[in-house]
Amino acid sequence: MNVLHFVGAFFGDSAHWHGYDGIPTRLLEHLRYSLIALGVAAAVGLPAGLLTGHTGRGGNVLAFIATAARALPSFGLLVLMFILFGFGLVPVMIPLVVLAVPPILVTTYEAMRSVDPSPVDAARGMGMSEARILFQVELPVALPVVLGGLRTAAVQIVSTATIAAYVSLGGLGRYIMDGLYQHDYEKVVGGATLVAALALVTLALFWAAGRLTVSPGVRRRG
Amino acid sequence: MIRIDGVTKRYPDGTVAVDRLSLDIPDGAITVFVGPSGCGKTTTLRMINRMVEPSEGRILIDGEDSRRQPVNTLRRSMGYVIQNAGLFQHRTIVDNIATVPRLLGWSKEKARSRARELMERVGLDGSLAKRYPYQLSGGQQQRVGVARALAADPPVLLMDEPFSAVDPVVRKGLQDELLRIQAELGKTIVFVTHDIDEAVKLGTMVAVMRTGGRLAQYAPPAELLSDPADAFVEDFLGADRGIRRLSFFPSAELELLTGPVAAAGTGRTAARDTGDAPYLLVTDADGRPLGWAEPGLPTDGPVDPGRLLPCGRPFVAGQDSLRAALDCAVLSPTGWAVAVDGSGRVAGVVSQQAIGEAIRAAHAGGRSDGADTGASAKVAG
Ligand SMILES: Nc1ncnc2c1ncn2[C@@H]1O[C@H](COP(=O)(O)OP(=O)(O)OP(=O)(O)O)[C@@H](O)[C@H]1O
Ligand SMILES: [Mg+2]
Repeated sequence: MNVLHFVGAFFGDSAHWHGYDGIPTRLLEHLRYSLIALGVAAAVGLPAGLLTGHTGRGGNVLAFIATAARALPSFGLLVLMFILFGFGLVPVMIPLVVLAVPPILVTTYEAMRSVDPSPVDAARGMGMSEARILFQVELPVALPVVLGGLRTAAVQIVSTATIAAYVSLGGLGRYIMDGLYQHDYEKVVGGATLVAALALVTLALFWAAGRLTVSPGVRRRG
Repeated sequence: MIRIDGVTKRYPDGTVAVDRLSLDIPDGAITVFVGPSGCGKTTTLRMINRMVEPSEGRILIDGEDSRRQPVNTLRRSMGYVIQNAGLFQHRTIVDNIATVPRLLGWSKEKARSRARELMERVGLDGSLAKRYPYQLSGGQQQRVGVARALAADPPVLLMDEPFSAVDPVVRKGLQDELLRIQAELGKTIVFVTHDIDEAVKLGTMVAVMRTGGRLAQYAPPAELLSDPADAFVEDFLGADRGIRRLSFFPSAELELLTGPVAAAGTGRTAARDTGDAPYLLVTDADGRPLGWAEPGLPTDGPVDPGRLLPCGRPFVAGQDSLRAALDCAVLSPTGWAVAVDGSGRVAGVVSQQAIGEAIRAAHAGGRSDGADTGASAKVAG
């Protein structure tokens, strides 16, 4: 009775491959929650981080918000939101977004702050607009670190999105929840394996995104 | 012309970086701001392209207040070069140089071909075009910085200690290159440095600033060296300002002796024919210097170079300055300097004593003509 045995049994069972509780359905649900949460978190965290990083103003406020957000337990927040909003996507999304915004915000801010000031000075002296300086001078150099923040957020979201199952939604958390409830450890291990695999795929995607978008002139710094 | 008119800069913390500065920066020349650290050179430069706004006074560009035009239009009409080049590390060299033309809306191809043209102009090999900044040496990066500033052909170039982060040999190369580019393109260059030698070498006009952001003296370099306005300027110029001033006197007036010069194998002997000079300068058949023969050494037949005294580095007659000529004489084992023409053939020899007389005559005549002979003399000195 080892874990590998459970994994083999879970994925070998053809019943797990179709239907509303099949792996493809649950995987897609999980992906959907994750992508929405990451999208919202990035929409909040990236502009705020880029702008504060570029101007150098608001860094303290930002650090305070990020620390406060980090102190909130995702599960507690889920329960609270469930009480407030009832069933649905919103009570799940709020804890996921709250979880993901701090790494995106703080990393983006730090990445922008650590950009060498002399090319920025040169760009300004050449008559580049502030927007161009942000997007064409600072961001390309800060990009590897910014992507790192997004990657951390994405992996946290993927593993934490399992909590959706607690409020009767789908996703890979279903296997873990149901498995625990039914004492079906094959299901628990199978679900956990899928979450871990998805997290690894996420890492790989970010690695590929980095290869594609980061200039070789910047990349050599690792 | 850029006119700095009663400009004061007070930073928010109360520091007065520039104090009621007024001066005219001539067109088509290099104007150098020099002074000790913190005297307000960078602040002055950055007020010209409005990276820093003056607290009082105004800056006129061709008679018009620089605040009249949009700030980015103003900046695009002025190339800007900073100490560590400030290249965009995510862009290739050619795209770094093409930045301002692209900002001005040129097509990518046009901007790039212009960039390649400029690489050649600043002495960068075309094979570097596709490289990234980290793949270049500090000196090459600085050249890219200059090319980038020149790319849109702005009439004005602002340079803030552009060569201070490279070693002395590379710096000299970059300075010579800048003088050449300036001679070719006739830009109005405002150059900031804390190195008085660089200021004297590059400047058509030199503004010496003192701590507190006040102008101590504004003059051509030769005048600065001959007539420092006060003890501060004199001190700043350093102990050897008399010697350095010789850079501005041409060596053309030196009387060169050809008597004590002979080609090897001509049958002359030093003892008989040198006249005033105690030594005979032996040349090869082409007239290039081989070395000094001591009195009595026969020069017929092939000369054994081992028996000659080395003649050291010669100076180029007419082209080099009195400083170079004096330097050759001081370094020569015989105390005589060897003058050559442009192709390296001996034009004659001259003694330390004769150079000393020429120096006295030059000082008496005040023939420190920085504009005409300055450029070439300064390079040599
Ligand atoms: N943003 C600023 N806020 C307050 N003070 C400043 C600021 N920038 C410069 N200063 C001060 O103004 C004075 C002149 O500075 P500036 O940078 O113009 O000197 P500099 O002549 O270029 O010196 P260096 O040769 O060291 O570059 C200094 O005392 C400096 O500390
Ligand atoms: Mg400075």
